[in-house]
Amino acid sequence: MEKMPKWADVLLTPLISLVLAMAISALVILAIGESPVEALTTMIDGALGSSYGWGFTLYYATNFIFTGLAVMVAYHASLFNIGGEGQAAMGGLGVALVLLSVPLPHWALALPAGMAGAALFGAAWALIPAWLQAKRGSHIVITTIMFNFIAAAALNYILVNLMRPVGSMDPASARFPEATHLPKLSDMALAFGIEWGKNTPVNISFFVAIAACLLVWLLIWRSRLGFEIRAFGKSEPAALYAGINPVRITVIAMLISGGLAGMMAINNVMGEAERLVLNAVEGAGFIGIAVALMGRNHPLGVFLAALLFGFLYQGGGELALWTSIPRELIIVIQALVILFTGALDNMVRMPLERMFLAIRKRGA
Amino acid sequence: MDLNTVLQILDSAVRLMTPLLLACLAGLYSERAGVFDIGLEGKMLMAAFSAATVAALTGNVWLGLCAGLLGALMLSAIHGIASITFRGNQLISGVAINFLASGLTVLLGQKIFGLGGRTPNLTPGAELEAQVTPFRTWLTDVAGADLATWLTATPRLSGITLPFAESLRPVPVLGPLYAEVVSGHTILVYVAFLMVPLTWWILYRTRFGLRLRAVGENPASVDTAGVSVTRLRFAAVAIAGLLCGLAGAYLATGLSAGFVKEMTAGRGFIALAALIFAKWRPWGALGATFLFGLLEAIANRYPNLDLGIVTVPSMFMNALPYILTVIILAGFVGRAIPPRAGGEPYVKER
Repeated sequence: MEKMPKWADVLLTPLISLVLAMAISALVILAIGESPVEALTTMIDGALGSSYGWGFTLYYATNFIFTGLAVMVAYHASLFNIGGEGQAAMGGLGVALVLLSVPLPHWALALPAGMAGAALFGAAWALIPAWLQAKRGSHIVITTIMFNFIAAAALNYILVNLMRPVGSMDPASARFPEATHLPKLSDMALAFGIEWGKNTPVNISFFVAIAACLLVWLLIWRSRLGFEIRAFGKSEPAALYAGINPVRITVIAMLISGGLAGMMAINNVMGEAERLVLNAVEGAGFIGIAVALMGRNHPLGVFLAALLFGFLYQGGGELALWTSIPRELIIVIQALVILFTGALDNMVRMPLERMFLAIRKRGA
Repeated sequence: MDLNTVLQILDSAVRLMTPLLLACLAGLYSERAGVFDIGLEGKMLMAAFSAATVAALTGNVWLGLCAGLLGALMLSAIHGIASITFRGNQLISGVAINFLASGLTVLLGQKIFGLGGRTPNLTPGAELEAQVTPFRTWLTDVAGADLATWLTATPRLSGITLPFAESLRPVPVLGPLYAEVVSGHTILVYVAFLMVPLTWWILYRTRFGLRLRAVGENPASVDTAGVSVTRLRFAAVAIAGLLCGLAGAYLATGLSAGFVKEMTAGRGFIALAALIFAKWRPWGALGATFLFGLLEAIANRYPNLDLGIVTVPSMFMNALPYILTVIILAGFVGRAIPPRAGGEPYVKER
């Protein structure tokens, strides 16, 4: 018998965790002598109060959907991919190399090419940790952390010494060709005669991200490979007994995960900056961890959690602009969400289970 | 490259390895007891911030040191409660702690000093004076002017000249080595080095150490023997907190003069790398952190190291600890096998 009804498991526990995280964040805001209510209204106004705010919220959310899905896919194989940051950075390099070396006449061609480059580089960056985990048993968490730092150093070198245009002081690549400019959502809305989200970076990648959610759902719950990934994640000996090759599943799950993290680059590098800059990922790879945990490792949950974090990100920026609360408040909130939905999950779950058990006993 | 340059690099390596060594030993206690700790970075950062803040407000580095220990210990408590009491995922808890420290230090720093997340510079000067004055005035009222001046006059750790450092200097090679590299560091450097034999002794020659190692390999056996797994693991996590506290305090009040945003800059992760490099052993930790400290010192001195045939960019030097760790993990240079029960919460059979 299940200890808790399903709705409580998928809805109630994350909601309570979120409320706890928010309550402590409110206490932190109080402690630094600001008003939580005012902070919240500033954030809502700034992130959701206008089409301009929405444009940024959805832009950030697009990043987080990709990195969240990346963490999620690996998590189903019980692999904790903490290397989304490095994989996304490498994805940016893939996009830049493709767009700068192949003259593509139209964005409709550049988008799939960019996606391929991003996914390929992201996946490649996940390959070595995956292989080491599968073959050598070295812990994937440690290796992916190391690969984050190695990626940062490598990109630093590549941008400063190799990709920087002659005469430029900026550690950044050349601008991508004009033809590869991805349509912004504001342009698309304008085509329908609606003025929406002018000067915001949200672009067609947002729809790619939604499509990725659907595809990941199909992959995990409606495909043979997904079944193998989940079986392996639940119990390695059982999967082995069922004839599932652990090396193959580990490597494939990590390749998909790295590819998804890398795909983030079509949004931030190709869609927004239109050139590769230093530190383009800006922590989105780590936020993916919070997004996947919050979203209960389900694409729909990841989508909603990414929206929430997009809101927090944009709202946090507004907060720094209009109040004396620094932007770093979001990092605290992010930490608390990870803590409560991830590490302290049992703290929320155990009393709930006891409560439902008591209710059921009384009913019987 | 003359002797003087070598000595300077070695001296700098000793300074740079100290926070790594302390954090590495912190990880060693925790992971040997079966609790993974990727929150070393966060604990160090928190300790650096609390130490620098209290040192700036009181003008007393020892009070700062206590605050640093307390700050790190607080985060250790969170890690312990999440990963031991509630049997949560230790890695996720560590990630949360890193972010918590990274956000809170800036938030609180901005609130207290309004300097954009850094603390005032701890070298005596107008900036520091303005912060210390209220405390000194209060202390003068309570304890008298002499004591107040004396108590608020050491905002930073200062170097200790070891005995005979100057008189032995004329001795070729060894004299300068002693005077430049061994002598003249702050107390925490010597504490860090003494921690190595002490840790070895605790781990391999005491009952506590035996149990600590056992609880990281096979907690059920410790439980069967009637020793509390929970208490042992909490003790290990607390020791890790204290050592991270020393590391952070040294970073902010010894190595540099004050706290700046994200000042640990990945040192917690390099310490983690060193721990793997050391195969979870105390003497190995000394060697690994010295190597990584040396790499950092060389990278600082020669941003582009010219080896004649190739020029090594500083980015490569900075990434080298991580690359070496991956190679070690790959098992090409001896295998690094972590404590067997690491990362798994202990559940008593029911």
